[in-house]
Amino acid sequence: MRTAPLSSPRSVGTAAVLGLTTATALSGCSTPAAAEVPGVTEDTVVIGTHQPLTGPAAAGFASISAATAAYFDYVNAEGGINGRQIEYVVKDDGYNPANTQTVVRELVQEDQVFAVVGGLGTPTHSSVLDYLDQNGVPDLFVASGSLTWDQPEEYPYTFGFNADYVTEGAALAQYALDTEPDAVVCVLGQDDDFGEGILAGVELGLGEGEVATHQVYSTADQDVTAQIGAMKEAGCTHNVLGTINGFTALAVGTAAQMDWFPRWHVSSSGADHPTLVEYLGDDVAPVLEGLVSVNYLPNSPSSEWYELFSAINDEYNDGAPYTGNTTYGMSVGYQFAEALAAAGPDPTRESLVAAVESGDLKGNGIAPLTYSADDHFAHRTVRIAVVTDGVQDFTDDAYEVTEAGAVPVEPAQVPLENEGIPLTE
Amino acid sequence: MERLVFLLSTGLARGAVLALFALSLVIVYRAARVVNFAQAALAVVPVYVAVAVTAATGSYWLGLACALTAGALLGAVVERGLMRRVPQDNPLAGIIVAIGLVMVLQAGLAIAFGPDHRPVHAPFSQRPLTVGGVALMSPYDLFVLLVAAVVMGALAWLFGRTSLGLRMRAAAFAPETSRLLGVRVPRMVTLGWTLSIATAALAALLLVPTGLGLDPHAADVLFVNAFAAAVIGGLDSPVGALAAGLSVGVLASLVTGYASAAAAPPAVLALLTVVLLVRPHGLFAAREARTA
Amino acid sequence: MRLLTRAALLTLLALGATFLLDPYRNYQLATATGTFVAVAGLTLLVGLTGQLSLGHAVLMAAGGYGYAWAATWVATAVEGTTLADGAGGWLLPLLAGVAGAVVVAGLLGLLLGLAAARLRGPYLAGLTLALVIALPAAASTIPGLNGEQGVRAPFVPVPDPLALLIATEQWHAWLAILVAACAVTPLVAVRAGRAGLRMRAVHDDETAARLAGVDPGRVKAGAFVLSALAAGLGGAVLAIVTQQVSPGAYGLGFSLLLVVAAVVGGLGSLGGAAIGAVLVTLLPWVVDQATAALPADLGHRLQGNLEIALFGVVVIVVTLLRPGGLARLLPAKARSATSLPAKFFPTQ
Repeated sequence: MRTAPLSSPRSVGTAAVLGLTTATALSGCSTPAAAEVPGVTEDTVVIGTHQPLTGPAAAGFASISAATAAYFDYVNAEGGINGRQIEYVVKDDGYNPANTQTVVRELVQEDQVFAVVGGLGTPTHSSVLDYLDQNGVPDLFVASGSLTWDQPEEYPYTFGFNADYVTEGAALAQYALDTEPDAVVCVLGQDDDFGEGILAGVELGLGEGEVATHQVYSTADQDVTAQIGAMKEAGCTHNVLGTINGFTALAVGTAAQMDWFPRWHVSSSGADHPTLVEYLGDDVAPVLEGLVSVNYLPNSPSSEWYELFSAINDEYNDGAPYTGNTTYGMSVGYQFAEALAAAGPDPTRESLVAAVESGDLKGNGIAPLTYSADDHFAHRTVRIAVVTDGVQDFTDDAYEVTEAGAVPVEPAQVPLENEGIPLTE
Repeated sequence: MERLVFLLSTGLARGAVLALFALSLVIVYRAARVVNFAQAALAVVPVYVAVAVTAATGSYWLGLACALTAGALLGAVVERGLMRRVPQDNPLAGIIVAIGLVMVLQAGLAIAFGPDHRPVHAPFSQRPLTVGGVALMSPYDLFVLLVAAVVMGALAWLFGRTSLGLRMRAAAFAPETSRLLGVRVPRMVTLGWTLSIATAALAALLLVPTGLGLDPHAADVLFVNAFAAAVIGGLDSPVGALAAGLSVGVLASLVTGYASAAAAPPAVLALLTVVLLVRPHGLFAAREARTA
Repeated sequence: MRLLTRAALLTLLALGATFLLDPYRNYQLATATGTFVAVAGLTLLVGLTGQLSLGHAVLMAAGGYGYAWAATWVATAVEGTTLADGAGGWLLPLLAGVAGAVVVAGLLGLLLGLAAARLRGPYLAGLTLALVIALPAAASTIPGLNGEQGVRAPFVPVPDPLALLIATEQWHAWLAILVAACAVTPLVAVRAGRAGLRMRAVHDDETAARLAGVDPGRVKAGAFVLSALAAGLGGAVLAIVTQQVSPGAYGLGFSLLLVVAAVVGGLGSLGGAAIGAVLVTLLPWVVDQATAALPADLGHRLQGNLEIALFGVVVIVVTLLRPGGLARLLPAKARSATSLPAKFFPTQ
């Protein structure tokens, strides 16, 4: 390889400036005219989201936005909300915060979206939190259970969707104690706020210092043998997992290979039975029998929502396999449609946020939504689900989590109305 | 104590895979005087072949054979079609072309097969055998160690005891002289690549069942750790690759077990840095091995 | 002096050009500028001294963290004091942040540079590769880096007198251009001066250079530090523009893209670095637009992958066929103006 031809400083600089500016200018320089309410016209509402459609996280999450899009297609086919069709722009960020920053700016500045809905991931969405706040863009139903989304003072336009990780951890630990008072509870968590949140919840449920051993993994790992070995040796009887689906499968599979079959209590973010079966293969899948998880969405074959969503999935999603992600994606869509309907016949960004904060939204979960002006979390109640005979379904146990810990409550599933199309006033 | 034994034996099994992959780097270095940065991507392609064959026929062994064949072919094709054309006047050119190849192969695999992890099952049980109440390694771990030992032995015999091995070494160390003595140098280089990629494919195939599954990046971390092992052992030394591979595997296992999973990559990085700075010729290399 | 005048003129030209762009393009311009600064440092390192770093993304991240820490610290310190009134509220944290980026990236660069002085091509490449792979783990182990979520950097608002005239994105593009000017002008000077001469001498023949009284180790380490400083300032630019530094944004993929930009532009060419930086910033966006028109399944498979495959092909083709890179396509004047040192130390 020869050294590149050397050029004088002047031509270098000229090339630099010309290169940088002409290339960006050529790719378009029209300033779009600002509509009165961005993204809202007489007959459409444009919203956007950022999702990992490519990259390592795509395997676990790419099906969510497809399900949301299918639900919106269904609503649009039924006439939309207040006569407006919902246009849902999905941008791929590959779960890379640098890409998230770019695509969200594109959504806001180029596509002029009315709101960002269901942006996925803690590290990714954190990177655009300030930007969305500064631009006054409603940032609804962030797909992550981080406590970051619940800061109404600092981020009045941001609302979480998931039950937060602390709530899930506390409920999973409490259920372990309720079923087995002598349980030795251990935690395996991802090395980020997900794993830490689950651990904090377990400690809230059990009391400080009651966790027998706490192991972490990072998503770059390909192997959790050392961690599972440590947990086995600590004599754990109940393992609470703050893991994504792939690592739940890896943990359960690795333990089974060691001839070790403890109870597994898994966060909703990593407990989707069809996905886990796919990871483990049909011959190993029976080890998932008895797996305990929590959920706040009607992800149960016996639910009327599940039935409706399955039908929508068949008709508008090319019959993609129905998983927990399908329930999740469609629930995000329903919740947005409900908020849009409540925002009035002429929605503005302010009226949309006010509608969410009003506390009138019910959602479709196992308990009504808990949004208010000083609470930007959707779910404080989660319900226990167990895998029995290869089917993951809810038990009658539900927990509401407060600062004092997890308290058993009666599940209060929000009923299905009007074929899943939110009513407008 | 029980935990230490468990971590050591797990680390040994993981280390055997590392050693095998490090050995593949040593082979290509000995044959062509290059550090092949595309080794991870090249190793993963044959594993996709193996998974497809195993899925179609139900036979792990047929898949294994196809992976080895595919790896050998791929090595020959890459050397003949690409690496041979790289300008020889600058050692960086080969590295940069290899990086380009990694991008093409990994993106190509992701386009063809999607980003999902494909679960791959081991041919033997992964349940550890217990000796005197202490969990040791699983039959699969033993299989991995056995395969690694056999391959190492075969390669040692090839390089040390056969005239073909001698010609390969001669072609790499003194190409001009070898040519004068009638060694067909280009053929020897191609053969080196063939052996190297087949070995790397075998290592990747052995690794995949112990992890999350097969995806285009499945061997990336293996490559970095194996590179560290190869450098620590001295890039030129198969024995060094073996010893360093096993040591790095055990180190990573102990650090993960006693400290945290997050501490393992920095630990390997630190070890590599220290060895490079203190003993830049590696622990086992002949002198002057490093003037690539 | 002539160099400074030219640098000033070019900077003004670039600042003026931002008026032609809408906010989103200005954002793209600002990120391309940050990338450009880092690629400029890398291309100088590879082209002049023959040291290949695959870990420049980590040096950018180091600059970003340095910026975020220092700027946040100063912003907190001046808050509520009289210093915070007027421009001081944003200017002091900004300057402190840039200084922080220089210090942190410089220190890490010095450590690596000491190693680089003793290592040849593949060893340095492998070491820096291991560094990139270890970054996410390091971020969750080292306190203060805040794991995967990363660190926030203070927002730099548009100053009052300009607020009516320009948008935030344009203002950030201005800051990016100014930082780039301060970072790249010294690189141009080094490249054309005695230091550049020494680097080329060491690259071409270490023994000859040593005989001529040049210490190859010092030259190599110095070049690495210089290049790390540029990368750190590039990271600071991205931190200013995005107000965020997280390990996920500086992974292996991005690090390899920096190498791609340097190679495609032509190793050693700063003009080429600019072209390369624009290419790696814009091509993913172009591919995204193009694949959006395809059926969803195929589109998703191509998205994020097609551009990587294209970059790979381009890198291979350029290295095999046109080692000069795209800088060769610049006007003849730029091509023929081979500087003196290269004539004294002809390569190959």
